[in-house]
Amino acid sequence: MGEIVPPLIEVSGLTKSFPGVLALRGVSLHLKRGEVLALIGENGAGKSTLMKILAGIQSADAGDFIIDGEQVSFRNVNDAMLKGIALIHQELNLCGNLDLASNVFLGREPTKGGFVNESLMRHQAQQFLSQVGLDMPVNTLAGSLPIGKQQLVEIAKALSCNARVLIMDEPTSSLSQKETDTLFKVVKNLRAHGISIIYISHRLGEVIELADRVTVFRDGENAGDLGRDEINHENMVRLMVGRDLSEFYDRKIHQPGKKVLSLTKFRCPSFPDHPISLSVRAGEIVGIAGLVGAGRTELLQTIFGVTPAIGGVMEIDGKKKEISDPRTAISSGIALVPEDRKQHGLVLPMSVRENSSLPSLKRDSSRGWINESAEEQVTEEAVSALKIKTPNFEQVTRFLSGGNQQKIVLGKWLAMSPKLLMLDEPTRGIDIGAKREIYKLMEKLAGEGMAILFVSSEMEEVLGMADRAYVMHEGKISGELGHNQLSEKAIMNLATGILAAA
Amino acid sequence: MKKNILGIFILLVAIFVITAIINPKFLNAYNMQNLIKWSSLYAVMSLGVAFVIITGGIDLSIGSVVGLVAVVLSICLKLEGMDPWSAIGIALILSLLIGLLHGILITKAKVQPFVVTLCGLLVYRSMGRWFTDNQSIGPMPMEEDAGYKNLEQIQHLDFVFSGKIAIGSFNLPTPAIFLLVLSIAAAIFLRRTIWGRYLFALGSNEDGTRYSGINTDRMKILAYVLCSFFAGMAGILFAFELDSVQPAQTGEFYELYAIAAAVLGGCSLRGGEGSVLGVVIAAAVIRLIYNSINMVGISTHLEFGILGLVILLGVIGDELIKKTVNRKQAVQTS
Repeated sequence: MGEIVPPLIEVSGLTKSFPGVLALRGVSLHLKRGEVLALIGENGAGKSTLMKILAGIQSADAGDFIIDGEQVSFRNVNDAMLKGIALIHQELNLCGNLDLASNVFLGREPTKGGFVNESLMRHQAQQFLSQVGLDMPVNTLAGSLPIGKQQLVEIAKALSCNARVLIMDEPTSSLSQKETDTLFKVVKNLRAHGISIIYISHRLGEVIELADRVTVFRDGENAGDLGRDEINHENMVRLMVGRDLSEFYDRKIHQPGKKVLSLTKFRCPSFPDHPISLSVRAGEIVGIAGLVGAGRTELLQTIFGVTPAIGGVMEIDGKKKEISDPRTAISSGIALVPEDRKQHGLVLPMSVRENSSLPSLKRDSSRGWINESAEEQVTEEAVSALKIKTPNFEQVTRFLSGGNQQKIVLGKWLAMSPKLLMLDEPTRGIDIGAKREIYKLMEKLAGEGMAILFVSSEMEEVLGMADRAYVMHEGKISGELGHNQLSEKAIMNLATGILAAA
Repeated sequence: MKKNILGIFILLVAIFVITAIINPKFLNAYNMQNLIKWSSLYAVMSLGVAFVIITGGIDLSIGSVVGLVAVVLSICLKLEGMDPWSAIGIALILSLLIGLLHGILITKAKVQPFVVTLCGLLVYRSMGRWFTDNQSIGPMPMEEDAGYKNLEQIQHLDFVFSGKIAIGSFNLPTPAIFLLVLSIAAAIFLRRTIWGRYLFALGSNEDGTRYSGINTDRMKILAYVLCSFFAGMAGILFAFELDSVQPAQTGEFYELYAIAAAVLGGCSLRGGEGSVLGVVIAAAVIRLIYNSINMVGISTHLEFGILGLVILLGVIGDELIKKTVNRKQAVQTS
């Protein structure tokens, strides 16, 4: 028998309630040294609350929290840091105007006689940065780095505080495939060096690749644990939602109707040298795949008039249209569920009702008077069509979960009955339950004859939802794949430019 | 009543009661009439700037617009052959054009609102002085001024804009009636029309509002037009109230009182928040503080200091209330 190593972190019976809500009902979790533990669960399952308790941002009401066999209770983030626990935030917190060394040591600069000891700081920063595979000069400005590298700087920063446990909350949600690969390499390397990682993600493919063990939460309780050999899609989804995967991408192929959108030599201001031609028919769900930065978002924004086209022809229902701003796009029957729902999709301080009715408010008004019953009805329809979970229509959208926010962004367009619905990363950072509602609605709308064009970086989503897909690479369409040609390999070849369009 | 309005209302009542206890003369009819009159004049300007602040903008030119409109109105009334009501019309059209100019510069030329209206503050003040050669002028003849041929009609206007209506033994100053009408109209506009909704939406998230198909530029222009129009209304009221308009001084710093009242009344300079009732009460609080300082016998040198502290504490209190309300809401859905 080998020596029994006690777990690094052992949490049991942890309970946390907010007035009216029991967020955690006696959950337990344990973490060994040098282990990647994936924590998964739908939004609202209590993952974030537990992580905030571990990182000292919130405190538990009851339960045991043991580190190295010692009972602890953190009062603040510093307490957690002293015990070696660091949370890498979903939103990065670097100062873009400072260089890498200053960011790594922000607030903890080594000093000499009251002044910052620059040379020592640079030297040490270099070491931590190379641990995460960043071999660039330490005087590079943080703001000049792409987001994937900024995240690595965050990790280096945590390492510089002697972190033994890194908590990563949706770390890949805004990374490209390549950046994700780099991050995974770093994570595996850290694990090899005995650092433990708690990895929160909605992307099950990543969990399969990375995790040694999976802990699943549901409704503030432990739903189950999966050992290395048990980690697969079916098991994880079953534990998270308590039902089977079979109905997940429930697609029927519809007989496509007339061309709703047709672009001919359409030129976006961001890639003026690459004219784009594509079409979407009524009842068809068309995907646009590609790497982050391939120009997919820019294409949708140009179709929607946010950044008007600088050339080419756009036709809606066979009629030529000049779209100069979102207003004309909407009146031509186009809707966009944008990638950044907080910046472009919602007015966060406003209520579910005010957000749901924003596009249709004018149409339903008479002489400028708000039609309150129409507003109520529009909201009611969105909430019931997408099963939006909100205490009432007056709930401020800022306080809803990402999944419910995204449902509202989609729901507000239902009242406009667009001919063409465009969705940009429709399920980014949202839970499985919300994903399913969105997929179901896309399927239903296509069945009713709406043309749907969506951009996605999630391979499974494109494979699962698209009748047909275009793949973009560096601003141009590198290929088009019919339903029978759709495969992970075909998409990756086109997305990385290995294969030119056939 | 919303919680943040309740706070400012309690402040109003508290200062009122304390002042009345310390100096019962505070409650006499003459003082009350004055207080209502000045509060109304300030509140009209404050309501105007509230529209702009709700969109996340700012208007620093209000005081100068008040001054310029008062000057132009007086010049027109003095002019031979001009119908006095047309003079009112010209003054209001001038204010609308100023607002339109601000809006266009901000939305089309993309100049920051602070800069546009700061330049406006300087330009309109100087225009008023230039038009009059910096000599004081009034809507009514002072001593033996030439002009003012339609004196009878002008006196009629004077009654409309700065008269008193007897209600029993109490004489209600007419500016209060203007305020009542304008504030009801503003409240209806903000809460019952699509344009009001759009102003709040774009103040909270301009991009998001544009992505929903709203012409945000046009809505912003509208906010600046309304702001200058309310300043123009205030300019007319002030002209008749003061009788003598000093081109260099009339309206000076009023933009700061207006902004202070809007902020104290619950508007956030970040945009997206504000209520008519809050702003009106806050304008009254500011005038009340002035009055109380005199009544209680505090040195008038302390006026600004006390005003500044009250506004600061009021806004801090407001933020605290918002924080707890937000926390409660966040907890409800987590």
